[in-house]
Amino acid sequence: MKEQLVALQTTALEALQGLETLGQLGDWKVQYLGKKGELTGMLRGMGALSAEERPVVGALVNDVRAALEAAYEEKEALLKKAEREKRLAEESVDVTLPGRAVKLGSEHPLNIVIRDIEDIFLGLGFQVADGPEVEYDYYNFEAMNVPKNHPARDMQDTFYINEDVLMRTQTSPMQARVLRATAEKAKAEGRQHPDPVRVIVPGRVYRRDDDDATHSHAFMQIEGLVVDRGIRMSDLKGTLLMFARQIFGPEVEIRMRPSYFPFTEPSTEVDVTCFNCGGSGCRTCKQTGWIEILGAGMVHPYVLEEQGYDSEEFTGFAFGMGVERVAMRRYGIEDIRHFYQNDVRLMSHFKSRM
Amino acid sequence: MKISYNWLREYIEIDDLTPQELGARLTEGGIPVEVFTELNQGVTGVVVGHVVETRQHENADKLRVCTINAGTGDHLQIVCGAPNVAPGQKVPVAVVGAELPGDFKIKKAKLRGVESQGMLCSAKELGMDVKLLPKEQTEGLYILPEDAPVGHDIADYLLMNDTVLELELTPNRSDALNYRGVAYEVAAILDRPMKMKEEYTAHGNGSSPVTVKIESDNCTKYAAQVVQNVTVSESPLWLQAKLLAVGVRPINNVVDVTNFVMFELGQPLHAFDLSKVAQDTIIVRQAQDGETHVTLDGVERTLDASMLVIADPEKVIGLAGVMGGENSEVDAATKNIVLESAYFDPGTTRKTGKALGLFSEAQKRFEKGMIDQGMITNALLRAAELIAELAGGEVVGGPVEVVKKGAEPHVLDLRHERVNEVLGTSITEDEMVAVLKRLGFEVSGFKVDGAHRITVPTRRPDMVREVDLIEEVARIYGYDKIPSTLPSGNYVQGQLTPEQRLRRTAREVLINAGLNEVVTYSFTNVGLLEPLGLHTEATLTNQVKLFNPMSEDRSALRTHLLPSLVEVVQYNRNRRTNDLALFEIGRVFSPEPGVDTPVTERVRIAGIMTGNYGALGVGEKGRPVDFFAVKGVVETLLDGIGITDVLFVRAAQAGLHPGRTAKIVKRHEGELLELGVIGGLHPEAEEACDLSPTYYFELHMEALLTAKERSELVVPPLPKFPSIERDIALLVDIDTPAGDLLDTIRIAGGDLLVSVRIFDFYQGAQVPAGKKSLAYGLVYRSSERTLTDEEVTERHNRVLEALKAGHHAELRA
Ligand SMILES: [Zn+2]
Repeated sequence: MKEQLVALQTTALEALQGLETLGQLGDWKVQYLGKKGELTGMLRGMGALSAEERPVVGALVNDVRAALEAAYEEKEALLKKAEREKRLAEESVDVTLPGRAVKLGSEHPLNIVIRDIEDIFLGLGFQVADGPEVEYDYYNFEAMNVPKNHPARDMQDTFYINEDVLMRTQTSPMQARVLRATAEKAKAEGRQHPDPVRVIVPGRVYRRDDDDATHSHAFMQIEGLVVDRGIRMSDLKGTLLMFARQIFGPEVEIRMRPSYFPFTEPSTEVDVTCFNCGGSGCRTCKQTGWIEILGAGMVHPYVLEEQGYDSEEFTGFAFGMGVERVAMRRYGIEDIRHFYQNDVRLMSHFKSRM
Repeated sequence: MKISYNWLREYIEIDDLTPQELGARLTEGGIPVEVFTELNQGVTGVVVGHVVETRQHENADKLRVCTINAGTGDHLQIVCGAPNVAPGQKVPVAVVGAELPGDFKIKKAKLRGVESQGMLCSAKELGMDVKLLPKEQTEGLYILPEDAPVGHDIADYLLMNDTVLELELTPNRSDALNYRGVAYEVAAILDRPMKMKEEYTAHGNGSSPVTVKIESDNCTKYAAQVVQNVTVSESPLWLQAKLLAVGVRPINNVVDVTNFVMFELGQPLHAFDLSKVAQDTIIVRQAQDGETHVTLDGVERTLDASMLVIADPEKVIGLAGVMGGENSEVDAATKNIVLESAYFDPGTTRKTGKALGLFSEAQKRFEKGMIDQGMITNALLRAAELIAELAGGEVVGGPVEVVKKGAEPHVLDLRHERVNEVLGTSITEDEMVAVLKRLGFEVSGFKVDGAHRITVPTRRPDMVREVDLIEEVARIYGYDKIPSTLPSGNYVQGQLTPEQRLRRTAREVLINAGLNEVVTYSFTNVGLLEPLGLHTEATLTNQVKLFNPMSEDRSALRTHLLPSLVEVVQYNRNRRTNDLALFEIGRVFSPEPGVDTPVTERVRIAGIMTGNYGALGVGEKGRPVDFFAVKGVVETLLDGIGITDVLFVRAAQAGLHPGRTAKIVKRHEGELLELGVIGGLHPEAEEACDLSPTYYFELHMEALLTAKERSELVVPPLPKFPSIERDIALLVDIDTPAGDLLDTIRIAGGDLLVSVRIFDFYQGAQVPAGKKSLAYGLVYRSSERTLTDEEVTERHNRVLEALKAGHHAELRA
């Protein structure tokens, strides 16, 4: 019987060696260690042994069982590990394949520029105002110091609805509207002087221009207006310098050149360092090193007085810029019509939310 | 305004500046100069030559062989093809080694076997602006005056070595529409004196034969000067060259002088043939309605009473400030002339020119209202003197002047401290006074109430109030010297209005939902409504119309965003992009007036979707856009802007599919507030516009703001007790809205029901005809205790009963 046990152990361990799956291992366990297994079978045969032999063989049976169980556990660990590795290998993916992303839309580039500019001026204490696109001649022209027959009406060919109503040619009429509303509020509250004003007005304006690469019968403007006691032209310069550096980069400078707008005096064109050449002169800037970005000036006393402000007590500055122009420079878009064609192949470049 | 550098140099010392440097200084001072044109386009080595003799070329009918004296010693033999070459002429000769514009170098050559030692030139070959030259000077060789000195450099002789600066004048600086004004500007900028004669006083002998009458308030001054016995002929070269440089066509010595003086001194002048003026009497009056007049260009004009004319007792002889008349024109036979120098009302001049479609250099100056009234008589005398000199005439008598209203120099007060208050500078009083003097303004030696008295010369009528003077000080002092500061005073961080915030949020949500934002034009026309089936709605066809549209296509203001968005879809589909999800936040317009606005403008958030939509992995097919994809976007949008408990109610709407359209509404203060609409386009519209299935939604800004008004978010406490879930599966009639069952469940579920959602829906083969299957998931919970199974079952049975009773719902296992 001893020999049988030793032989069983040897056979069992040899069989174990050749096993490859956990399933086979289970079968092996049933065959050798199970309740109906070979080892149990031998244990049953012990009844035929003598009293002396029984404990000896019993001990031997236990040894064999322990050896087989140890071998089993070892093998089980080994097979489990192999199987895990196999599964991991099977489960690996090609990480370079595209993801099932939530598709982002895009913001219109003109609105990106407007939002950026709004944010800069919000930080400087400006409010944002919206105004009507269909406007009275009074606000668009007369309140802005452009009476009927004024030569400056040459500069702006206007879409009219009727004699007194037109498509606004500029966002400037909102200067008059904001001043009027502020002055009327003070009057209603019985105060002598109206509140100061800090406001920007983004919006669409219209000119009777044929649409081409640089002209559009409709385009976006942003107007700015600050009215308070003691506002100086140097404040205009400092504000615009801060604005220009935030929007075009910290290294840019601005240059003011005398100009003419009926509703500002003094008036100025404002140039920034050429983005293309950094100021050394190139084709983009016609060798001047500067690019014109906006018109500005000190609010004409007439504009203040017309809306009920004392022009001795209050001074102010105003500025206006074309949004398309800024967007064209910023994004290298060379044809203004692209903004209104809405080709999704172009727009998909504006996915980034930063 | 074109300015010749050489001509300007006669009035102010600028030899130390190149034309470009001068341009840069003017630009800094407020008159931008970006275009500089060299009159000499590259002519070197071309000289004046004398055609000694010509003979026919032996081998070519059209060529002639010329013997030329070009002052180079031996005569030159030059082959020439111009038909107008003749012995005795003076012509431009490009000798061997000369260069012509376009890098054209002259070499010795053989033409059909005959040697040619150079080339005889036309005006065009010399790079001249031939548009302004008379025909006889542009066809064939450019024939020079008989007294042209042989051998003289042609560029020098024709005064071509000059640069023309193009001044971009703003409307307020019409004072610089002439050399005198520019010279004053340069003098102020460079701080140096002028050297221009500005006063002319010499009168002729005897008394003037003319009488002048002003019968209209639109002329405040009229001066007339007679010059007799003139010989009308071509102007001398220097005068022609000056006019050519500023882009004016030379005509004859009388007309050219009037133009010359207009450019020199700024005063438009006109010359009448005195023999054609009846009774030697000039009358300035309003035209009569229907009166006709043939202007210098040979066109008969019908006038009206708003127009100002120059007339004699019998007829109109010119349109004041706009154009002279054919019946009083100076021509080759003219002997006696009367010159006109006057001030005409700017608005009248402008309107007359506009009404008749005329625009002359004179009109340009009158209509700006920037004529220096102090120069009217000076300019007249300057012109008379020059005509007498160049046309051999005799100035007769003095100027006949009628003055309705004199022009006095403006006197304005200027406070030194106000200058610095407005500019933020620290300009000293002395600096300020110095700048004003540089501008030629007179500064009083004393102050009144702390202000200097400034006398502004009549050439600067744009100086109206103190702030105009402050701008002049700033301009000449230099804008570059103004410091950079920030406004002082109290202010707080700016804030967006609720509408502006809502717009930003809506934009953000829709972009994150995968929609591309578009911006489209507001101009449209009523015809665009029809293919979309929108033309049946009076509120949509009632568009605000433009009085002066540029095209019929864009002649009115849009009442709906759908046509604009469909146009964008078509544009992109034509470029093979078929999956489109777009939105626009834009305005629509209707004619009724708003609060202090001429029409009503409303903001709409509108979207359009077609093709496939949604996230796609590799190898996954797109999911075609359907009603629920678009509804999902709208629901996400409303969630994002914080508007909850919104209902979608089946509705019919023009242009939309009757079975796939819903109004988006919300209960607000006991009423149903309509937030917008969502739907598939009507198949007929899709067909008319060549679209595949397309869905549209639109939300109304004003309604969204109303719905949003009182939504303060208070977060309820997290549940303390467990919840119990029950599902219901049932069959109902196919046209029972699933949403109605939701309402029934909510009511019957009462306080214990915390949420209910639809989690399954089916209609088709697996259920009986005319029925659909729906499944609802209900969650019961109490905030006060743990619910027992019995409690929930009892409540749930109530729900089931309500469904059966209210909707004939049939429970499924
Ligand atoms: Zn550059």
